[in-house]
Amino acid sequence: MLTLAANLARPSPRQLSWLKGAVFLLCLLPLCNIAWVVATGTAVNPIEYLTRALGVWTLRLLLLTLAISPLRWLGAPGWLLRLRRMLGLYAFFYGVLHLSSYLWLDQFFDWRAIGHDILKRPFITVGMLAMLLMLPLAITSSDGWMQRLKRNWGRLHRLVYPLAICGVLHYWWLVKRDISQPALYAAILAVLLAWRLWQRWPRRVQ
Amino acid sequence: MLIRRPADILPSDITPEAVYLNRRQFMAGAAGLLLPVSALAALPARKSPYSTAEQANSRSDITSYNNYYEFGTGKDEPALYAGRLKTQPWNIVVDGEVEKPRSFGMEELLKYPQEERIYRLRCVEGWSMVIPWIGFPLASLLAQVRPTSKAKYVAFETALRPGEMPGVARRVLAWPYREGLRIDEAMHPLTILAVGLYGDVLPKQNGAPIRLVVPWKYGFKSIKAISRIRLLEKQPATSWNLAAPDEYGFYSNVNPAVDHPRWSQASERRIGEFLKRKTLPFNGYGTQVAQLYRGMDLVKNF
Repeated sequence: MLTLAANLARPSPRQLSWLKGAVFLLCLLPLCNIAWVVATGTAVNPIEYLTRALGVWTLRLLLLTLAISPLRWLGAPGWLLRLRRMLGLYAFFYGVLHLSSYLWLDQFFDWRAIGHDILKRPFITVGMLAMLLMLPLAITSSDGWMQRLKRNWGRLHRLVYPLAICGVLHYWWLVKRDISQPALYAAILAVLLAWRLWQRWPRRVQ
Repeated sequence: MLIRRPADILPSDITPEAVYLNRRQFMAGAAGLLLPVSALAALPARKSPYSTAEQANSRSDITSYNNYYEFGTGKDEPALYAGRLKTQPWNIVVDGEVEKPRSFGMEELLKYPQEERIYRLRCVEGWSMVIPWIGFPLASLLAQVRPTSKAKYVAFETALRPGEMPGVARRVLAWPYREGLRIDEAMHPLTILAVGLYGDVLPKQNGAPIRLVVPWKYGFKSIKAISRIRLLEKQPATSWNLAAPDEYGFYSNVNPAVDHPRWSQASERRIGEFLKRKTLPFNGYGTQVAQLYRGMDLVKNF
């Protein structure tokens, strides 16, 4: 038992690559499920379903990425940190699919209508902003960029906080009346951000 | 070379002519042997010149994608939970500014001459369907109670059954669901009370046993499971207008020129189609209803 526990806390490089492979496949499951529902014609309004489902998974993966640090603080094993980049990139991946679904299937590249949406609909504006902010984070996610940017890498990647807020707002403003779902995401994000504020607090007081 | 010669056995030797001529009845009878009685609750209805020739959506589309918040805010929830609603017996109380207030039982309303009305339905959310309703003009019911000269508006209420409607436990909207029309809108021949769909009685998720259908207004105006109708002098409060007055007006006529504050109403996705289509003023019923709003500012009165 002890060795197993020790293994869980400190997996060998081989075990870690297996773990990464498993998480990689796990993150593809929602996409498979969404594709299955659309392909079998189970959704009455498939384009709406596809766009919504991809958007919801973007948010979930984003929140999961933000949950890694607080989980570590709560005593979760260190290898969780090694999965964070993959989770963040997956959030970006689902976000790109979500955006493509809107641009292609929903609006069918009607750029006038899309431009109008971005300017006039606050929920589209913040959604676009969130995607725009994710782009530099995805590009600079490699080890090479991390070394090149040095301390600025960390500063740049703090963009994840405003973009997550934009993402939740995007969901909140889209919903017609029943805000229970976006409120749940907002509450989780609030906890994740409040923990970070609280972590920085003592230093500021000194 | 093809040589034709008379068949040895004539078709009439196999099937008597009388049976052949009545083959539909024969088939229906044979089907009756296989099906339970409830599946044959067909509703006879004559065709109507008000019907569109457009392709109707499938029964499964119409019965599995519904907005009916009394049973939950998900589109699939009405189909899952509306079965709990007891629709027998059912009465509608009609009172207010009328000479003869009274209650109507469903048995009586089902005896009205029924018509099939194939109408477009445009949801305020930006999707649309074509639905073959069965029903009768609301005007026929209102004529029975003799509205007085004070009757300027008609208010409708959905039944409120907390034990049968899981969605009303949460105050997403002010229950009971309330809707309203101006009297001339209510008396318009396009405005019907629907009791059936696709030749059969109305499924519960679509508003059984009786609902309003006003095809030139956004779908939420067409209130379901009506239990009360009141004729009023003043404009009644309506549920969506109470919930968000800047987003859902009293009139809520389909209007591509007036956007919902949060999304465009210029186009719509017809369920089953890939590309969006342009939304038409009054949902394409302008020639019949535009005169009701002559001289009115439809941007202000959205």
